Amino acid sequence: MPRGAIAVQLLVLAVAALAAGLLLRNVAANLQARGMASGFDFLGREAGFAIGFALIPYDEASSYGRALLVGLLNTLLAAGLALVLATALGLLVGIGRLATHLPSRVAAAGFVGLLRNVPLLLLVLFWHGAVVQALPGVRQALSLFGVVFLSNRGLVLPAPVPDPGRAWLAGAALIALLAGIAARRLGRRRSSWLAFAAAAILLLAAPAWDVPSLSGFNFRGGITLVPELVSLVAALSLYNAAFIAEIVRGGINAVPRGQIEAATSMGLPPGLRMRLVVLPQAMRAIVPPLANQYSHLIKASSLATVIGYPDLVNVFLGTTLNQTGRAIEVVAITMAIFLLLSAAMAGATAAWNMHVAIPER
Amino acid sequence: MNRPPPRPAANALATWRVAFFAGPVSTVLTLALLALAGWAAWRLLDWGVLSATWSAPDRQACAPGGACWAFVAARLPQFLFGFYPPDLHWRPALVVGLPVLPAIIGAALPRRHRALASGAAILLTPPVMLLVMAGGVPGLAPVPTERWGGLSLTILIATTAFVASLPLALGLAYARRASLPVVSGLAAGFIELWRGLPLVTILFMAVILLPLFLPAGTRPDRFTTAVVALTLYNSAYLAEVLRGGLQSVARSQSIAARALGFGFWRAQADIVLPQALRVALPALVNVAVALLKDTSYVMVVGLFDFIGIVAAALSDPRWMGPPTEAYLFIGAVYWTACFSLSQWAAGIERRLAA
Repeated sequence: MPRGAIAVQLLVLAVAALAAGLLLRNVAANLQARGMASGFDFLGREAGFAIGFALIPYDEASSYGRALLVGLLNTLLAAGLALVLATALGLLVGIGRLATHLPSRVAAAGFVGLLRNVPLLLLVLFWHGAVVQALPGVRQALSLFGVVFLSNRGLVLPAPVPDPGRAWLAGAALIALLAGIAARRLGRRRSSWLAFAAAAILLLAAPAWDVPSLSGFNFRGGITLVPELVSLVAALSLYNAAFIAEIVRGGINAVPRGQIEAATSMGLPPGLRMRLVVLPQAMRAIVPPLANQYSHLIKASSLATVIGYPDLVNVFLGTTLNQTGRAIEVVAITMAIFLLLSAAMAGATAAWNMHVAIPER
Repeated sequence: MNRPPPRPAANALATWRVAFFAGPVSTVLTLALLALAGWAAWRLLDWGVLSATWSAPDRQACAPGGACWAFVAARLPQFLFGFYPPDLHWRPALVVGLPVLPAIIGAALPRRHRALASGAAILLTPPVMLLVMAGGVPGLAPVPTERWGGLSLTILIATTAFVASLPLALGLAYARRASLPVVSGLAAGFIELWRGLPLVTILFMAVILLPLFLPAGTRPDRFTTAVVALTLYNSAYLAEVLRGGLQSVARSQSIAARALGFGFWRAQADIVLPQALRVALPALVNVAVALLKDTSYVMVVGLFDFIGIVAAALSDPRWMGPPTEAYLFIGAVYWTACFSLSQWAAGIERRLAA
C-alpha cells in the first residue's frame, strides 16, 4: 500500500476517534450534571409494572431482565406470525399477478397498488382503531366451527395441554417425521409427503385441546391473542405481502420463457410446471430481495408501540427506560438486540440463498 | 396423458373467454371476484357517499350508518397546517406546494441547463421551506416549531431529511467504494448500523441520546431531533442506491477520462456521476417514496405530523367515534402522493430501459 494511502487512513481514524471522544466527553459531562446513575445492575431489580401480554410467566415482582425477555419474545411472536402470513399471501398474490385469468390479475394488481402506497403506521392504526375495535363484542363473537373466536377482545384459539396418557402419539409423530426425512433422502417424494402428513396428524392428536368457551363476559380457556397483536400482525402481513408479491412476480418474470414453453410442451400441467420448473429457478432471483423484506418486517414490528402492544421497544425502551432512567444502558441493549436480530436474519437468508443458488464448481 | 393441443385464441371473443371463463375453476373464481367487488363497491358507495354526512356541528349530528365526513371537513385546516396561526396559513400552504417547483423548473428550461437547474432547485427547496415556516426575517413573523403540524409538517420533514441526506449519502457511497480498508470499513459500519435498526428505535434514541451527545445546556427541539434522525436513517439507504449507480458505470469510463487528461474530481463530476445518477434515479425516487411514508413515524416522538394530528383530533369529545373516515382521508392523500411518485419512477425506468 502506498504511503499516501496509509497517511489518509490514519487521518480518517484520528478524526473518527476525536469525534467519538468529544461525544463521549459530552455524554459524561451531561450524565454527571443530571446526576444519572449508570451500570447494568438494574436488570436484576424488581420491575414493578404489569405487562398485558406475556408468553412466559411474568408479574410485577419479576425483574427488569425478565421484562426485557417478555418484550423480546412478544416482538419475535408478532414478527414470526406476520412473516409466515406475509410470505404465503405474497406468494399467492405474486402468482396471481401473472395469471391468465384476468379478474385474478386485476385483483392482485389492485391489492399491491393499494397497500404499497400507504404508510405502514396508518395500516397499523387503521386495523387497531377501525377494524379490530369495531368487531362485535365477546357475546356476539365471530366463531369458526365453535373453536376459534374473533371479537374486539382479540382472537381466541384452542390451547394444547400436555396429556401424559397420549404421550405415545407424540413418539409416533416423531417416528413418522424421521421416516419422512429418510424417504426424502431416498428420493421417494410421495412417500415422504404421506409420512409428513401422518406426523402432523399424530402431533395434532397428541395433546388434549383446551377449547375456549364463553362464560359470563369473557372466554374461559384457550389462548387469547390480544387485539393489539391481531391488528399488528394483520397490518404487517398485508403490507409486506404486497412487497413480497412484487418480489415473487419479478422472480418469476426472470425465468426464461423457453423454460416455461419447454415444460408446457412436455405436458406438465400448470400447477406442476409452476412447482417443479418455474419456482425453483425463480427462487434465485427471489431470495436476496426477500431477505431484505424479512429484515424490514422484523424491524417494522416495533410499530407495536403506537398501539400499545408490549413488544421490546414498548416494554424496554419505553417503560423500563422511564422508570430506571438508565438511558445509555437501555438504548445500548435495545440496539444490540436489533442488530443481532438483523445479523441472524442475514445469516439465515444467506444460507438459504446458497441452498437455492445454481451449484457451481 | 392424452390431451388435445391448446387452440390459439382466434378472435376477441375467444381471448375474452380465456381471460374470464377458461374452465370451471376460472368461471367460479370470476363470478366470486365480481360478486365481491360489486358488494364492496356498493357498500363503499352507500357508506361513503349516499348515507354520508358532509357537514355537522359534531359527531352526534352525523347520520348513523354513513360516513361522517363532517369531522374531516371541520378539522381540515388543522390537518393541513397544524396549530399554525390561522391568518398565516398561506405559509404552510406554500410549503406543501414547494416540492413541485424543482420539477417545474426542470421541465421549463432547455435541455442543456436542465440537470444543473433542477439540482440547484432541489438543494435550495428545504432552506426556503424552513425560512417560510419559521419566519423571523422582516416581513415574516416568527412562528415556533411547536405550532407546526399536519400535512405541511410531514412534507417539510420528508423534504428536508431527503435533501440533507443526499450529500451525506454520496460521501458514504464513495467512501464504501474506496480502496482504503479503513475508509470503506467505517462507511460500511455506519451504513449497516442504521440499516440494522428500526426507525422507531432510531427516533427514540435521537430523543434520548442527542441531548446527551451535545454540549451541556443545548437542547434541540423535537423537530430538529426528528429531522436529524430521519436524515441519518435515510442516508444509509440512499448511500446503497447511489453505490449501485456508481457500480453500474463501467471502469473504462473513468480510465478513458483519465487518459483524456481529466483529474479524479473532474472525471467524477462530468463523466461518472451523471451516468450513475441516471441509472439510480428510479431507485432514488423509490427511496423518497419510502421516506415520505416513514416520516409518519415521527408521531411516536410526539410530533403532530399528518397522522399524529389526526390521531390527536380523534380524542376530541365532540368528535369521539370510529376513526375510519379520518384514516381513509389520510390514506387517500398519502396514496395519491406515493402512487404518482412511483409511477413517475417507473416511467423513468422504462425510458432508461428503452
